[in-house]
Amino acid sequence: MSPELLTALSFFVLALLVGFEVISKIPATLHTPMMSGANSIHGVVLVGAILIASTAGENITLLVLAFFAAAFAAMNVVGGYVVTDRMLGMFKARPKGADAKGGK
Amino acid sequence: MLVMALDPEVATANLTTVETIVKLVYLLAAVGFVMGLHLMRSPATARKGNLLSAAGMTLAVAMTVVLLLGTDGFDVTTWGWIAVGSGALVGSLAGVISALKVQMTDMPQLVSIFNAVGGGAAALVAVVDFVHRVWGPGGFEMAFTVPVGLDILIGTVTFSGSIIAAGKLQGIVSGAPITFFGSRLLLIASALGGIGGVVWLVVDPGMLPLIVVAIAAFAFGILMVLPIGGADMPVVVSLLNAFTGLAVAMAGFVVDNTILIVAGALVGASGSILTKLMADAMNRSIMSIMVGGYGTGDGGGAVAAPAGGGTVHVIGAEDVAIQLAYAQKVIIVPGYGLAAAQAQREAGELGSLLEKHGVTVYYAIHPVAGRMPGHMNVLLAEADVPYTQLKEMEEVNGEFDSCDVSVVIGANDVTNPAARRPGNAISGMPILDVDHSKSIVVIKRSLGHGYAGMDNELYTNPKTGMFLSDAKKGLSELLQVIGGYFE
Repeated sequence: MSPELLTALSFFVLALLVGFEVISKIPATLHTPMMSGANSIHGVVLVGAILIASTAGENITLLVLAFFAAAFAAMNVVGGYVVTDRMLGMFKARPKGADAKGGK
Repeated sequence: MLVMALDPEVATANLTTVETIVKLVYLLAAVGFVMGLHLMRSPATARKGNLLSAAGMTLAVAMTVVLLLGTDGFDVTTWGWIAVGSGALVGSLAGVISALKVQMTDMPQLVSIFNAVGGGAAALVAVVDFVHRVWGPGGFEMAFTVPVGLDILIGTVTFSGSIIAAGKLQGIVSGAPITFFGSRLLLIASALGGIGGVVWLVVDPGMLPLIVVAIAAFAFGILMVLPIGGADMPVVVSLLNAFTGLAVAMAGFVVDNTILIVAGALVGASGSILTKLMADAMNRSIMSIMVGGYGTGDGGGAVAAPAGGGTVHVIGAEDVAIQLAYAQKVIIVPGYGLAAAQAQREAGELGSLLEKHGVTVYYAIHPVAGRMPGHMNVLLAEADVPYTQLKEMEEVNGEFDSCDVSVVIGANDVTNPAARRPGNAISGMPILDVDHSKSIVVIKRSLGHGYAGMDNELYTNPKTGMFLSDAKKGLSELLQVIGGYFE
């Protein structure tokens, strides 16, 4: 086993443990935004999609696949963060002023 | 060997300045993800947490571009930049537009779609890297082929599975469990095909095993989700979310990138925890959910007739208004029916109107109210209900004893006292003790069944009045009448 692989495996296992530890303490109130937030974090696959730009070379099939990889990943990551922010922006400790929303 | 591997000089010997900077910034991004999730523990800091996580993501993506531009090992052709750049642009636009346009009630579908494309992207990353080596330089050490196989397998399963799950949530695919002759057999065959394909791909790398894995995994994703009922879809989406995390971590091994590994593993762990929490809340094991078939309505309908005869007491808006206007303490119990009728705002207005006139108002939120855990909280937050009024099940159950009127709006199975008895479809499911309050009002369109397909004994309780109306219409009517009382 190469040292790089060993390091990578250690990262993997430790990150799993951190994930369990950090996430098991989130209240149910926030589970939906949390799920959406975690969902956007795996959009980090965009990094992978960018990296394969170098492997795709000039092969048309690979370029098309790389295009879709980047599009999918970007949709995941950008949409995920925007929608999570939209949800969390609605959580308020106190009701807004009577005129804040206007009408019914 | 081990000593060699852990020797820092061996590991860092070949890093250029650019690579060192990139790796350090990746580390910073990873810290951002962890801290971001950490801050999501409290509604007060959650938004900041998400922004921190997004900042980490921006850094990671920017550094990757720097890495490609500044390192000799990578040469990206102009066409490569065009493909990835235009893809990222198109994807970002699609993501922003759908994120800004989505109705909060449709949130589970959108998360599922984002999850699908994430899984698809992870699989495609491995496909491109693998096919490149098949057609070009080769180099199929197991440290490469094993993660490639797993990435394509898991990523493709999440892709097709999440699309079906979104379809079910949206109502494009029937929410009822779908099975057909031989579907179980096909499911097993596709699972074996997928695993067998991965082994084949590792032993004898080539295009054929790649295609086998992709097709088998695609079929497996569809066949796995089809037989699961709509009510269990949130658990499935959550599980698939965890799968995508793992697929992304595998993609990290494929392209040899630590930030993918770390972030993917984080999400893999989070998704698993959340899936377990949700399944626990419904008193179902993840296994039994995956086996499917729940919610057909043929399991529970025939159990022991409701205690207390079965007469239902129907009341009108006037009766409800009087009860509420003279109550000291009111607990509103919202369920998915409320969201489906888009009546969050009316429910919020009812709560604030009562509160303004000295009534103590709580909202009792069952962990699986809505379509995802916490979904109801989001919907009520959208309607400006302060989160301090939203009480979780354990917290609120003690309050029902001293509650004058409980108003159940579009919630069904989570209030059914039958869950306390053994021998029916929902036995043992934690419920809200609505039947402990002095009086109960149920706003419901008809006397139909919940997801579990069984009668709700709460409706035949002598303390219960049924206000048969659409949630939105009924609540507006109620608001008007109560407004009259308070004037």
